[in-house]
Amino acid sequence: MRHLIDPLDLSVAEIGRLLDLADRIAENPKKYSQVCSGKKLATLFYEPSTRTRLSFEAAMLNMGGSVLGFSSADSSSASKGESVADTIRAVSCYADICAIRHPKEGAPLRASGYSGIPVINAGDGGHQHPTQTLTDLMTIRAKKHRLNHLTIGLCGDLKFGRTVHSLIKALSRYEDIRFILISPEELRVPDYIIDNVLKAQNIPYREVENIEDVISGLDILYMTRVQKERFFNEEDYIRLKDSYILTAAKMKNAKPDMAVLHPLPRVNEIALEVDGDPRAAYFDQVQNGVYVRMALMMTLLEVEHA
Amino acid sequence: MLNIDSLEKGIVLDHIRAGSSMKIYDLLHLANLDCCVAVIKNAKSSKFGKKDIIKIEGTADIDLDVLGYIDHNITVNIIDDGKIIEKKQLVLPKILKNVIKCKNPRCITSVEEEIDHIFRLTDDSNQRYRCVYCEQEYQDKSEGTAG
Ligand SMILES: [Zn+2]
Repeated sequence: MRHLIDPLDLSVAEIGRLLDLADRIAENPKKYSQVCSGKKLATLFYEPSTRTRLSFEAAMLNMGGSVLGFSSADSSSASKGESVADTIRAVSCYADICAIRHPKEGAPLRASGYSGIPVINAGDGGHQHPTQTLTDLMTIRAKKHRLNHLTIGLCGDLKFGRTVHSLIKALSRYEDIRFILISPEELRVPDYIIDNVLKAQNIPYREVENIEDVISGLDILYMTRVQKERFFNEEDYIRLKDSYILTAAKMKNAKPDMAVLHPLPRVNEIALEVDGDPRAAYFDQVQNGVYVRMALMMTLLEVEHA
Repeated sequence: MLNIDSLEKGIVLDHIRAGSSMKIYDLLHLANLDCCVAVIKNAKSSKFGKKDIIKIEGTADIDLDVLGYIDHNITVNIIDDGKIIEKKQLVLPKILKNVIKCKNPRCITSVEEEIDHIFRLTDDSNQRYRCVYCEQEYQDKSEGTAG
């Protein structure tokens, strides 16, 4: 049985096949409207994330399956002190596949060790978020027609931004990838990503503080949210806050075919004026997220498709 | 009674860094053994000046992988018939299970009961171990562990 806990659980070839399937689904969703009929998805959300949960549920419903689950720890047996291991053993009896969002890092890995059904990590603490990554890869491929030979700028909270961690891991396996890591000092990429992924594979990367200095060289700009409370002091926040807001003025210096991604929800890190720019791809991501989750669940459930 | 000078059958852990024998005693759970165990502290060493030695009588099942993590300079002598029949070379274990604990408060190991604390060796040359759940590096604040 296969699980998706870490972005590296899927090989590059498997990701290619999965994205091809997602593209086919996007072209003709009706064709796939019954491929999971009779299948049940359990969404075990120990912390609320309406957006991710709805994306999973929509994906399963689009394929004729059904959904069950909970969306906060206090409404679940977790509030009675039940372990993740025990919960997943029970859920394995009710459902065919499950998606777990948990505030603790490694919870989905723990669950997969006790599960009788495929487990999908829907975000664990500040660690990984592999289905968002599949969404990002699908969007990048749609915009750039490739996943190699890219300069990717990642901007914002790179320390706690699990979507960023997963994306770096996943993209690091493609040829000629370089990363520009744009963040305040306090919110830099954690050392396990730097050591195990970037340095271990000799992937070129730079750590900088301002978008303006680097935007002209980027093929992809991946924006994430920086929360005020993440800064250690008010002065740094005031000094840097504007440099993490993407505006039309900054976009003037970007390549005409750069793509701007954001895992959403955004607060103010992308000015509304950028939404109309053809380079803005963050609303495509939402739709792609459903297709790619459909493709993933079909793959993990080993559903035949004509 | 265990004669600390000679041992008929058992294991001698020699060249333990002086002062760390009790830590090894704890990590190997030697208190749980019902055979004779001798801990010798500050023995004379021609190499290091001072060293600790642990002698364990009998055929106790000792996790040598753990020893490799604690200090791979320790010499493990297997004794039978009063003679050294084997000297084991210690290596850094690839996986450490329930030897060290993850200190990341965001890690599932901080809340889940009866979970194994598992660390994987991710960097041989720097002896770096990372939690398999959260990937955080283990950093021992006290001195004299991995070395
Ligand atoms: Zn951990």
